[in-house]
Amino acid sequence: MSSTGPGAEVVLRLDRISKSFGALKANDAVSLTLRRGEVVALLGENGAGKTTLMNILFGHYLADDGGVEVFGQPLPPGKPKAALAAGVGMVHQHFTLAGNLTVLENIRLGTDALWSRGHGGARAKVERLSRDFGLAVHPDAKVGRLSVGERQRVEILKALYRDARILILDEPTAVLTPQESEALFATLRKATALGLSVIFISHKLHEVMAIADRCVVLRHGRVVGEVDTHATDKGQLAALMVGGELSLPRAEARVAGEVLMQLDRASTPDRGTVPGLRSVSLALRAGQITGLAGVSGNGQAALAEIIAGLALPASGSISLRGVPVARWTPGEALAQGVARIPEDRHHQGSIADFDLTENAVLESYRSRFSRRGWMNWRAAREFAQGIIRAYDVRCPGPETRIRLLSGGNMQKLILGRAMASDPVVILANQPVRGLDVGAIAYVQSQLIAARDRGAAVILVSEDLDEIIGLSDVIHVMSQGRLSPAFVRGTMTAAELGLWMAGQKFEGADAA
Amino acid sequence: MSAVIDILISASFWAAVIRIASPLILATMGELICERAGVLNLGIEGIMVIGAFTGWMAVYQGLPLWGGVAVAMAAGMMFGLLHSTLTVPFGLSQHVVGLGVTLLATSSASFAYRLMLPEVTSPPKIAPFQPLNVPGLSDLPWLGDALSQTALTWAAFAVAGLVAWVLYRTPLGLAVRAVGEKPAAVEAQGLSVTGLRMGAVIVGSGLMAVGGAFLTLSAFSSFFFEMVNGRGWICIALVVFGAWKPGKAVLGAILFAAFDALQIRLQQTPLGAALPYQLFLALPFILSVLALILMSRRAEVPAALMVPYNKGER
Ligand SMILES: Nc1ncnc2c1ncn2[C@@H]1O[C@H](COP(=O)(O)OP(=O)(O)OP(=O)(O)O)[C@@H](O)[C@H]1O
Ligand SMILES: [Mg+2]
Repeated sequence: MSSTGPGAEVVLRLDRISKSFGALKANDAVSLTLRRGEVVALLGENGAGKTTLMNILFGHYLADDGGVEVFGQPLPPGKPKAALAAGVGMVHQHFTLAGNLTVLENIRLGTDALWSRGHGGARAKVERLSRDFGLAVHPDAKVGRLSVGERQRVEILKALYRDARILILDEPTAVLTPQESEALFATLRKATALGLSVIFISHKLHEVMAIADRCVVLRHGRVVGEVDTHATDKGQLAALMVGGELSLPRAEARVAGEVLMQLDRASTPDRGTVPGLRSVSLALRAGQITGLAGVSGNGQAALAEIIAGLALPASGSISLRGVPVARWTPGEALAQGVARIPEDRHHQGSIADFDLTENAVLESYRSRFSRRGWMNWRAAREFAQGIIRAYDVRCPGPETRIRLLSGGNMQKLILGRAMASDPVVILANQPVRGLDVGAIAYVQSQLIAARDRGAAVILVSEDLDEIIGLSDVIHVMSQGRLSPAFVRGTMTAAELGLWMAGQKFEGADAA
Repeated sequence: MSAVIDILISASFWAAVIRIASPLILATMGELICERAGVLNLGIEGIMVIGAFTGWMAVYQGLPLWGGVAVAMAAGMMFGLLHSTLTVPFGLSQHVVGLGVTLLATSSASFAYRLMLPEVTSPPKIAPFQPLNVPGLSDLPWLGDALSQTALTWAAFAVAGLVAWVLYRTPLGLAVRAVGEKPAAVEAQGLSVTGLRMGAVIVGSGLMAVGGAFLTLSAFSSFFFEMVNGRGWICIALVVFGAWKPGKAVLGAILFAAFDALQIRLQQTPLGAALPYQLFLALPFILSVLALILMSRRAEVPAALMVPYNKGER
């Protein structure tokens, strides 16, 4: 018997796990095994029940039925402490780190007996682990000040510090830059070589193909397929996930219309280490998708704020249909037909404890759903129901609080809301982050449809394939600077990559 | 002006400052522990009343002074248990529960008072804590007078040090600081959010009650219904003033006490004769508000303060 690979010892066994939330069956008799040194990818559409399954395994949720076995021992249900003690470590889809504590404090939290003085040696162990696994973070840095990539590393260190033998990673790469994802994979390869086993959840199939040994596919809470990665391809996995063939939409070239929104030499101040805009000029035309490529944190946020009316440039101007704007607020932007799909759906896109109806009408309740100061809730509910149907938002109903939705389903509701107002300018900031392949295809086809209706779409993304596939013109942002416009079909991913790295700007500046 | 300087350099002024600050420090530490764990405890005002009453009554019934302190603490912890049961596992509104506890505690004190002393017109006196004679220290010229304080005052400062030490130097304190910021982080590390929060509220309420008992067992020798007189609310402001840090909160308590001691003395100067005395009474509060505005601008509020946590919900 080899120590890793197919014949290796089974370290984790989930046996017929079922879990319902009200009428919704989130997990339906799900079974799964994990072997020593193996990476199993857990795939499935948004709301398929991946996170729920992992939360049951870790003890956050109580299963209605079924059991968990770790290293042959049954795991008591509902006790994260027992899961940790058995060697299970979990990196949650949404980080579980206290921002007021340092890295070292977050890692040590709960590892010493509460009534003890705590033992020494923690710092040395953390430093050794971060060296061995290539997880560079400063132990004394306040977590609240770290970037998402660094927080991700802290989460993994937390698990390794407790000598986890089984590592669960719930969409670890959703918020990482491509470079950070690569570094994460290098860490995972080191970990599995040492005999750790990994459950890896991701919607990015190329990552799954690169890192996983085996894929388990969930649909509507049920296991619908299990394949060895080397015996499959992306197309087959996508088909398994959505239960049918899937073709990614491609936008055909079209003749662009008039300039709807124009930025002229807009500049904004830097924010800490994040650069502001450096004299950015940009024209958004009707019937055109403008792609904005670049690693996030290079000024995209500042640009998005200006377009959405959250900020005015410190110098330079913004004009709509050739008329410079003086008053520019989020309300004004909405009134002018600017719709946005915000990057951060939790904090900017929705109100967690409001239900789906309330969230659906957040931007239009005054204009569309009220008369003489009274809300028309029946119309609002029908409106929400319309979005839920059209965008396939998986939820118990429009009276569900939005915080209970899976991340992807939340995004679909926000997209539906943005599209419903027949916007003339659509700011789509990382619109498919965290979405499954089916949802991605749907969102992208909606963006194309909006363009074909004559809207100006600006697509901000780190994913070059997405940018190249959809955009009629492409700009690259790097260090707050904007590249010239590249027309569809004139640029390859490699060339764009050079612009993203900032090298090409120097040449352009000199010329 | 010279009148003010005369006041500020007198040992009796500083003795008063420390005496006035002591109950504030005790109750502020109690509130700080609660809020660091994520629970706003508006029961503080009533819990201080209960502490003042039970401590005094226990001593009146024949218990030693420290026995009275223990009884007050236990009574405070009972109300802490009530508060935390409603706000933590049941997740009820912390504002409503807190004010409810204040009303309940205040009225139970007056109910028990009438029940136990039906005939009395003026409340009986007890023999309170006396200033401690610290060998070496008490003989020093100026300092000896300023530090002529009761054991309960020394205890108040010791408690502040202990709270700071536990909060920043022990695994327990780490867990308390984390649970007020991000309960999900605590749960994910295998600790009980409910246990930590309830524990913090119970212990914190015990300290508030001792702060109340300070008034009857050390500052005065008897119990009056109005004696707490808004000190609980001051303590809530002091926690904010101290940016949820024990050291700064103690400084805040001393500052407030200094204003309070100053205004009493200023009333007896020629200036006091010229100005309405209400102005002096308002002085500590006005200055506290100003200091609060200045100090708390950049404070880091515990992120999960007043946010209930439900396991199994996202
Ligand atoms: N605590 C909860 N209360 C009610 N419903 C819940 C709860 N947790 C999850 N759900 C529902 O269960 C379903 C499965 O959710 P889950 O988070 O497991 O999906 P997922 O596969 O992780 O999706 P995503 O890829 O979007 O993260 C969703 O429809 C979600 O709304
Ligand atoms: Mg999920």
